[in-house]
Amino acid sequence: MNARDTVFASIRSALAVNGQEAPRRREVADRLAGHPAGVVPQRGNLPPQARLALFVKMMEAAAGTVTAVASIDEVPAAVGTFLRRYNLPLAVRRGGDEKLGGVPWSNEPALEMSVGPSDGAQLTSVSHAFGAVAETGTLVMTASPDNPTTLNFLPDNHIVVLDAKDVSGDFETSIGKLREKYGAGALPRVVNMITGPSRSADIEQTLILGAHGPRRLHVVVVGEP
Amino acid sequence: MTTVATSPRFKDNVREALVDPNLQTALSFVEVNFIARRQEVADKLPEFEQLRDSARDIKNHTLAHLDLYLEAYEQRVVAQGGKVHYAVTADDACKIALDLCRQLGAKTVTKGKSMIGEEIGINAFLEANGVTPVETDLGEYIIQLRGELPSHIIAPAVHLTKAQVEADFRRVHTHLPHDRNMAEPETMLAEARAVLREKFLAADVGITGANFLIAETGSSIIVTNEGNGDLTQTLPKAHIVLASIEKLVPTLEDAAQMLRVLARSATGQEMSVYTTLSTGPRRAEDLDGPGEYHVIILDNGRSAMLGGQFRDMLRCIRCGACMNHCPVYHAVGGHAYGWVYPGPMGAVLTPSLIGVDKAGNLPNASTFCGRCEEVCPVRIPLPKLMRHWREREFERHLSPGTVRAGLGLWAFFARRPRLYGFATGIAARVLTFFGRSRGRFGWLPLAGGWTKHREFPSPQGKTFQAQWQRRMERRP
Ligand code: SF4
Repeated sequence: MNARDTVFASIRSALAVNGQEAPRRREVADRLAGHPAGVVPQRGNLPPQARLALFVKMMEAAAGTVTAVASIDEVPAAVGTFLRRYNLPLAVRRGGDEKLGGVPWSNEPALEMSVGPSDGAQLTSVSHAFGAVAETGTLVMTASPDNPTTLNFLPDNHIVVLDAKDVSGDFETSIGKLREKYGAGALPRVVNMITGPSRSADIEQTLILGAHGPRRLHVVVVGEP
Repeated sequence: MTTVATSPRFKDNVREALVDPNLQTALSFVEVNFIARRQEVADKLPEFEQLRDSARDIKNHTLAHLDLYLEAYEQRVVAQGGKVHYAVTADDACKIALDLCRQLGAKTVTKGKSMIGEEIGINAFLEANGVTPVETDLGEYIIQLRGELPSHIIAPAVHLTKAQVEADFRRVHTHLPHDRNMAEPETMLAEARAVLREKFLAADVGITGANFLIAETGSSIIVTNEGNGDLTQTLPKAHIVLASIEKLVPTLEDAAQMLRVLARSATGQEMSVYTTLSTGPRRAEDLDGPGEYHVIILDNGRSAMLGGQFRDMLRCIRCGACMNHCPVYHAVGGHAYGWVYPGPMGAVLTPSLIGVDKAGNLPNASTFCGRCEEVCPVRIPLPKLMRHWREREFERHLSPGTVRAGLGLWAFFARRPRLYGFATGIAARVLTFFGRSRGRFGWLPLAGGWTKHREFPSPQGKTFQAQWQRRMERRP
């Protein structure tokens, strides 16, 4: 018997089953296909404006910063303001995301822009979020050539552009949107759910921001929810 | 290459731990921080208790259908271009990982924090075979510098003071100038970040654990605050996931239920900073990510637990709440338990994995106060399971003669209620008489071990049973 067979045989003998029982198989197939929601906290069950406000509150509680702009035309100025506030060089790296491509970056003429993944040499990155969850102030980022994963982790400062209408109240709603976009049983290679900047409390439980990932996480919320 | 256990010398470990001033300083933080934070965040979520029930039920359902969910999971991983490897024992898992490293020509391996990695002793195994493992979680990095086991499942270096960590950094990071201020956690973290950044970029393979595996999508989930796990799995040529069979959950919705109780129970956060779902290797059009994605599924005694008294233990999501709330853990720390898993969960799991003959002392290290069960997010009846081990230890004649004689004597009286009442009545009167001046005893015959560390209060009046009887008689 190979290792796989040994493990399965051992599980089945412990459960006293053979794996062919129709009712068991049906129960599993139904659950996988029906993916019932369990207990969904009511906290995020709010009208759009209040939901967005909850997202902002929770993200700030997790030490992220948030700014709101009326349209993508104002994104360059918001990025510039953030960089100047921390005396950072006016240079950012982003992926080929369509939305980010459509931002009139020339509105901020001093801003230097490059496109591609990060190799660790960039101080600041800009990505476009798939969505967010108000319940805990969590960003949902999906990996693709448009928004490479390295941009989420290697630069010291991460700026995330989020459409106000993409903020869900709870995780279940965001999961539904992922399923809608990628199909049943499928996901993009990586989904990063990000709640604040990187941190560690491993030395005497003193919380310090900026462990291996970004020291700062800044969300630019665009438009109306 | 299972990590060698010092659990058989538990009592000596405890003796040393109790007089270790650094350890005692470091442990004083555990009690205040973790407990208050968990309570605060649990209070903020009205559905928290319901979510714990839900988490328990999801795990029970998955365990009852584990063969089928494992099949479904495997199918999804393969469909996304990943590979699944099965390991019956710790040795098997180590060998699979080493073979993969060799095929990939790997010299260095970065590692995200993995308790399975500790359980199978992968670092020592890789190192002995010419592959250098580098731990990247700050706490794990520190204990790797010291050649130690983690003393806590989510805070591996919780047993150390910052002065100790500074000394280790100075010893190993010889490039540090003497006048560099290294006394604060900030400066130590900055130093570790700089050193590890190079390692991340140079590594050939990244090994992480998994908090959950999702059958619906064939994904593995890691949860971290530092972002080290993500750099570990994103930058190298290949990502290897080490996971044991009980990590499975059916669907994304089920994972969401589990995640809601995990961070809150573990660190008292609403959500950890990074929750990452990984599904297969880099896709054709991707600009980054690992070229290969492997999952090593470890059994190592777990399928056997599935069929017995300890099945409930397989619900454990390794949050650490039970040890954070354990008075014994607060007093002796994690290393005293002598193996990878400390605290109440370790007291139940360790005998299952390495044998009750080696780890029989651990389930005895409990006051049965019940706090672990009160806070366990998946409602594992830890005290009951520890009691099962005590019974087995007794049945197998592994407990020492004095304990057996004492229990025998007690059983003799307990089976004879009148005699019991008579004897305890006398004992209470004698103790009251001798203890009347101080109200407590600094020493008692036959209880020297107990009174060495604390005083025994002298009885106040009659025995409980006598008082109870009086009270019942007085009732109309
Ligand atoms: S036994 Fe419960 S409380 Fe302890 S680590 Fe496991 S899940 Fe957490």
